[in-house]
Amino acid sequence: MSNYSIVSLIRNAFSHHEHWGRAWRDPAPKPAYDVVIIGGGGHGLATAYYLAKEHGITNVAVLEKGWLGGGNTGRNTTILRSNYLWDESAALYEKSLQLYEGLSQDLNYNTMVSQRGVLNLAHNLHDVRESVRRVNALRLNGIDSEWLTREQVKEFCPAINIAPDVRYPIMGGTLQRRGGTARHDAVAWGFARAASARGVDIIQNCEVTGLRRVGGKVVGVETSRGYIQAGKVGVVAAGHSSVVAGMADLRLPLESHPLQALVSEPIKPVLDCVVMSNAVHVYVSQSDKGELVIGAGIDSYNSYAQRGSFHVIEHQIGPLLELFPIFSRLRLLRHWAGIVDTCPDASPIISKTPVENLFINCGWGTGGFKATPGSGWVFAHTIARNEPHVLNAPFSLDRFTSGYLIDEHGAAAVAH
Amino acid sequence: MLLIHCPWCGPRDEIEFAYGGEAHRVRPADPSALSDAEWADFLFLRANPKGVHRERWVHAHGCRRWFNVERHTVTHEILRVYPPGAAAEPDAAVAEAQPPQASQQGVRS
Ligand SMILES: Cc1cc2nc3c(=O)[nH]c(=O)nc-3n(C[C@H](O)[C@H](O)[C@H](O)COP(=O)(O)OP(=O)(O)OC[C@H]3O[C@@H](n4cnc5c(N)ncnc54)[C@H](O)[C@@H]3O)c2cc1C
Ligand SMILES: [Zn+2]
Repeated sequence: MSNYSIVSLIRNAFSHHEHWGRAWRDPAPKPAYDVVIIGGGGHGLATAYYLAKEHGITNVAVLEKGWLGGGNTGRNTTILRSNYLWDESAALYEKSLQLYEGLSQDLNYNTMVSQRGVLNLAHNLHDVRESVRRVNALRLNGIDSEWLTREQVKEFCPAINIAPDVRYPIMGGTLQRRGGTARHDAVAWGFARAASARGVDIIQNCEVTGLRRVGGKVVGVETSRGYIQAGKVGVVAAGHSSVVAGMADLRLPLESHPLQALVSEPIKPVLDCVVMSNAVHVYVSQSDKGELVIGAGIDSYNSYAQRGSFHVIEHQIGPLLELFPIFSRLRLLRHWAGIVDTCPDASPIISKTPVENLFINCGWGTGGFKATPGSGWVFAHTIARNEPHVLNAPFSLDRFTSGYLIDEHGAAAVAH
Repeated sequence: MLLIHCPWCGPRDEIEFAYGGEAHRVRPADPSALSDAEWADFLFLRANPKGVHRERWVHAHGCRRWFNVERHTVTHEILRVYPPGAAAEPDAAVAEAQPPQASQQGVRS
């Protein structure tokens, strides 16, 4: 695989950029692997990459039923941040943000990480107190965070409306300057390319339909492309985690819901940061193409349909226009949904399971894109060593029995 | 948007209702006798099928009564609406209903 650089760019310019090699190999599945990863989203691909890079385990396959990143990875609104309240979450998400900061270099692939700053707004006295508390908690954990007054919010984000005579006036906000966005497809493709270069087989259009067990141990996977023997199996299937785990009679504390997002027609640069509001519930950023990228909360009902109800969209556009009245004439270009795996405490599960050789990484729900590299990093460790890394030990499946929940519902600013 | 038939008020828009999650969960009869694992099951484990789901809805902006719905989680088709306390269809009957046919009762959103 050739290295991407200014030299390769110039060389390919001579052939009108028509002869770039493929970014990752397209092998047929082998009969057996040391590790099989189910799910070719960002988290599964990152897991495979770090298995190869950090643990020297390269006889690995990533099986994806559709195309790479076609799940939530390619459907999300790409917000990165690590401003989580509880120590356990702060450590995990901060590790991930740090990996993102060096990711393009590490993968030799431009993941377009843009640390443009993430602003979380406060609209009432309780919000203000909670936000200031969070700023202090974050700083104690060594994570950058600032409290902005109403006027400072306006200075940082001039397009926003801070008029006091709206229903939920802005009273200030917290700012994480190191937060921002990244290019979702590039994260999937960059991990795929780098993992493939280290020997990982990336196999698309390969749906896992069964988990074969012998004596309570998983020994392989049934797939739409035949049986594949596996030393260990890692399930990284996001909204379909319950379905895949069910193949080994494992029940998970997850519910699958649609999460919708939408983009406007492209316009000139108007918003150079990410703005989120928990109280009125919407978040928005502007893509490099110029589209406003808008999202909010899940549809209430369980679903695997990758689409949701219209009133949920209405409920994000209302708040958006109160925050940014200047957007009122914009037309919307596209909307879609992903199926997110919500967990009772709004924290992920990165864990061994009661079934030997079966590992699970799920429950990221509405907010796992920001965690992609960190999640892969700790999950690779868990699979390779048969025990969790210190960063993901608190995120084990048994916390629902022990009662040691990591309740990020109220704590995590807004849930994306 | 779902069109949901309240057993008492008839067909209404989804926005009049609130969702209550999996139906037919029964509170433990003798809570103090439960093990931690049994508590974890009652509190946190829910059916999350890709297929027919039995779930509760409340007509929050109408008669404010609860009821049960059988809905397909891929097509969103509502197969059956039945009052609280009524028994669920046996699983076999539900399995036969897949894949659901278009009916008068539900709409796809
Ligand atoms: C609309 C929306 C907005 C979001 N916004 C943000 C945000 O701003 N910031 C943020 O941090 N997070 C956000 N998220 C959440 C984030 O997208 C996810 O948490 C994250 O991308 C999950 O990555 P993943 O690799 O685990 O899952 P996915 O990318 O969904 O990958 C799972 C893969 O498993 C495959 N699969 C499933 N079953 C099988 C099977 N049986 N066999 C083979 N393959 C299978 C699927 O096809 C899929 O490709 C958002 C999500 C959505 C839907
Ligand atoms: Zn009613």
